[in-house]
Amino acid sequence: MSSEISNAKIIFINGPVVKAENAESLKMREMVLIGRKKLIGEVVSVENENATIQVYEETSGLEWGEEVISTGKALSVKLGPGILSNIFDGIERPLERISETGSAFIPEGIGLISIDMDKLWDAHITVKTGDYLEEGSVYATVQETSMILHKLMVPPKARGKVVFAEKDGSYNIEHTVVRLVNEDGDEIPLRLYQEWPVRTARPVKSKKAIEKPLVTGQRVIDTFFPLAKGGTAAIPGGFGTGKTITQHQLAKWSDADMIVYIGCGERGNEMTEVLEDFPKIIDPRSNKSLMERTVLIANTSNMPVAAREASIYTGITIAEYYRDMGYHIAIMADSTSRWAEALREISGRLEEMPAEEGYPAYLPSRLAQFYERAAYVETLGSEEGSITIIGAVSPAGGDFSEPVTQNTKRVVSTFLALDKALAYARHYPAINWHNSYSGYVSVLKEWYEENIAENMMELRAKMLSILQEERKLLEIVKLVGEDILPDDQRLILEISKVIKVGYLQQNAYHKDDANVSLNKQYKMLTVIDTLYEAANKCIKEGMPISKIKNEDLFYKIITMKYKVSEENLELLEQLMKEITEYYSSLERTYKKGGAQNEAEISEA
Amino acid sequence: MKLKYLKLDKIDGPLIVLSGVKQASYDEMVDIVVENKLHKKGRVVQINRDRVVIQVFEGTSGISLNNSSVAFSGTPMRIPLSKEVLGRVFNGIGDPIDQAEFYADEKFDIGGRPINPVARKYPRDYIQTGISSIDGLTTLIRGQKLPIFSGDGLPHNDVAAQIVKQAKISGDDTSNFAIVFAAMGIKHDEAEFFRKQFELSGVLNKVVMFVNLADDPIVERITTPRCALTAAEYLAFEHDMHILVIMTNMTSYAEALREISSAREEVPSRKGYPGYLYSDLASLYERAGMIKNSKGSITQIPILTMPNDDIAHPVPDLTGFITEGQIILSRELFQKNIYPPVNILPSLSRLMKDGIGEGYTRDDHPDVANQVFSAYTHVQEVRALAQVIGEEDISDLDKKYLEFGRLFESKLLNQGFDANRSIEETLNIMWEILVAIPKGELTRIKPELIDKYYKG
Repeated sequence: MSSEISNAKIIFINGPVVKAENAESLKMREMVLIGRKKLIGEVVSVENENATIQVYEETSGLEWGEEVISTGKALSVKLGPGILSNIFDGIERPLERISETGSAFIPEGIGLISIDMDKLWDAHITVKTGDYLEEGSVYATVQETSMILHKLMVPPKARGKVVFAEKDGSYNIEHTVVRLVNEDGDEIPLRLYQEWPVRTARPVKSKKAIEKPLVTGQRVIDTFFPLAKGGTAAIPGGFGTGKTITQHQLAKWSDADMIVYIGCGERGNEMTEVLEDFPKIIDPRSNKSLMERTVLIANTSNMPVAAREASIYTGITIAEYYRDMGYHIAIMADSTSRWAEALREISGRLEEMPAEEGYPAYLPSRLAQFYERAAYVETLGSEEGSITIIGAVSPAGGDFSEPVTQNTKRVVSTFLALDKALAYARHYPAINWHNSYSGYVSVLKEWYEENIAENMMELRAKMLSILQEERKLLEIVKLVGEDILPDDQRLILEISKVIKVGYLQQNAYHKDDANVSLNKQYKMLTVIDTLYEAANKCIKEGMPISKIKNEDLFYKIITMKYKVSEENLELLEQLMKEITEYYSSLERTYKKGGAQNEAEISEA
Repeated sequence: MKLKYLKLDKIDGPLIVLSGVKQASYDEMVDIVVENKLHKKGRVVQINRDRVVIQVFEGTSGISLNNSSVAFSGTPMRIPLSKEVLGRVFNGIGDPIDQAEFYADEKFDIGGRPINPVARKYPRDYIQTGISSIDGLTTLIRGQKLPIFSGDGLPHNDVAAQIVKQAKISGDDTSNFAIVFAAMGIKHDEAEFFRKQFELSGVLNKVVMFVNLADDPIVERITTPRCALTAAEYLAFEHDMHILVIMTNMTSYAEALREISSAREEVPSRKGYPGYLYSDLASLYERAGMIKNSKGSITQIPILTMPNDDIAHPVPDLTGFITEGQIILSRELFQKNIYPPVNILPSLSRLMKDGIGEGYTRDDHPDVANQVFSAYTHVQEVRALAQVIGEEDISDLDKKYLEFGRLFESKLLNQGFDANRSIEETLNIMWEILVAIPKGELTRIKPELIDKYYKG
């Protein structure tokens, strides 16, 4: 690392904010090392000869007059094999390595360590001397985990003719495997990694239209508020509404090639839970451990606040790098509110003019910039890849009118509103079907029609309207009770209950219910629809609701999610048959019995 | 001692400012001598070239611009610790206040470092508190941070004392169990109540108390929980002990933080609290847990009173986002003379899911708890309806739910200060009260468990 000595010295210290004088040579957004302990910091403003620096480590013990060393480069991360299955802090320092020092606690001054520089990787070199390589073309591959083939690509803006290509073999990432010479005659060594500044989005050839869903295995999401590959989503909810569980579920079951999970200002135990759980969970598509496709970025709530601000960018930069190889990446950012609060905290220490609720005025633009890095793209190497961002939002007091939720709402297309009342009733996932929306329903319609069923989206609309109707009816029920309602409206209430308990509620800890294929989702919807249509027909013919609501039958439908596994979906067809038979026999008895029986039935 | 500085620039509330300082490090401790006799401690909170802002413990009264000297120690705040702390009482900066000296060879930095998530052990062993509403529905796990959200005048102290009295860790001996008690801004009689309860339950020699009463200096209120947690970490991770930390009252703590922040003229955020309230609270709460290379554990039960019973107030709100659940006490239940008045619907234990069920408590626990939650939610709806149209006119099914609600509150919730129920007893009561509603309504319980345990 080329670290030149500058004469910059510390003159001001206030928590994570430090100012230095004689700092003319420091550049904006440059990474610097501070004091004897060489704490890592980033220049956030330069004024006259003074620079303001945010420090990514605990500043306790720092003295005025200590030196600030320039590194000459922007805050950047190393991108290469060794990222997957690993856990890093907010500026890509490996927590596993840090813990190997023997302490369970994170000390400061551990320096700039990143992915493992010594580990040997079996690299296959895909180019030969004389080839001409453009930016983004692949020059080597490494099987990073059994699930992900790591493709090493010529960094953006670099191109040239291969003058040297190493043989296939085991190398550490520092080893130069290919050398290019460009038009100007400059030599470009290509190692098994590259560096990239985290605050700059990696370039792509073009952004493409969104047309494929990100299948999550969660009924309320896939059926009602679908996510799209390359899209954005926010999950807002007060504490205890299940944001983290929902994020974990998405990280476990969504059909992305790779997951970047950013634990931003959240609980330490939650990261530990992921570290303990994920290796044990087997991905249903590849039969490999989920950890093989996961990378974790952890900045728990008690880790330095400036690194929390950086963690989001570190995460998305890693995602962009793998996207450039042609993978579909899903990013879980839990929680973007903590990131926004980190911005606010630092902004307060910088004594900037606060805007809404003390947040800095640049909050909306920073949020928009972040979410804009999600896209379905054609990469420089002409591959298709995507990044889907799913950000949790923790609104203060569960009030969605606060700035972070509102500004996020403006830039995301899917909004999965978590609801306290549902969470209290232990209705999980506590996604409120009235306040949530997905902007991808119309663009994904075609995909659903082609790949699942012609009428999937129609059924979705129908079920939503039943739930909508229920909401109105419940207002009345609250005032006068259920018994007053006519039978067709009571049927709406009963069917809604079936949808809520039997369909929307999903048990994250049940083996057959944690992850549900779209096919099963569709069939379950059809079962509920069959029930509704058959029962509705009987109601129209004047049969009383008491006969129509058969406890056993309804119980069977509500528990179909547990009883029918992916292997025996034909049981759902049987259930449909059972429903049709029950109601047609009911109809027959009713018609045969005529007026006399009618009295009996209504009495019963 | 290094250089001494004799002249101050400014005294403002708990802060003093002096300039011309040759060498000072952020966060270091200083010794202030007033009129050559009275020693006060202080901490560097801001450095601007040679101008240093110091936060004074024990208050600034008596200090004038030129009657004091300031000496810098060069180290951040540290307290001496040994196993002898058990049974002792300290003030908010770790000085003994029980009429005896305290010496130890080793000193520990009270700031604490964040635990590396990689080095953490995920908590899975439940603690039986003997309180049905907690054990059954918001199970406390060893290594968890589970606060009690209360209101002024509600019996949160009794609940905490009852937990201390009855807490039993599954399958472990009690010899390595201890309590660290941090009192922040509470009244003398509250502190005395706890002391007495500890004495009555015979654990007094296993308690370390750090006490900062309502009329003690507020700057010390900031260090009180940090000293307490440093002691807890020492006992848990150096001596493999299981530590229960009770911190009360977190609202007073946050108010002290606000007072100091305002004296430092910082930009205020919600309700005047500083923008770093979240990070600050997290630096306390996240010091709970278990780590891989130690057998000990730190379980935290912070207590806070919600101003005006408002759960959206910044202190309970931010706490809820950091802690692993919350136990909420309800004024309504308290007025119905139900003890402990735990409002189970908004209460939650996040770690419960991994510490209950087969192999931990009993196989039916997750399902039956889920069913009780769902049924009691419906009870609330029915009650609201019954208030409008009268109990006579609601459906028969709903009448059964009302009965369930009554049984739930009288049999399960209301158990009194002295009843210590085993987890089996608690679960059995849950099945007993579920008989009030029809079997067909038990949709959250697996059929095979209904066959095994249903009592109707």
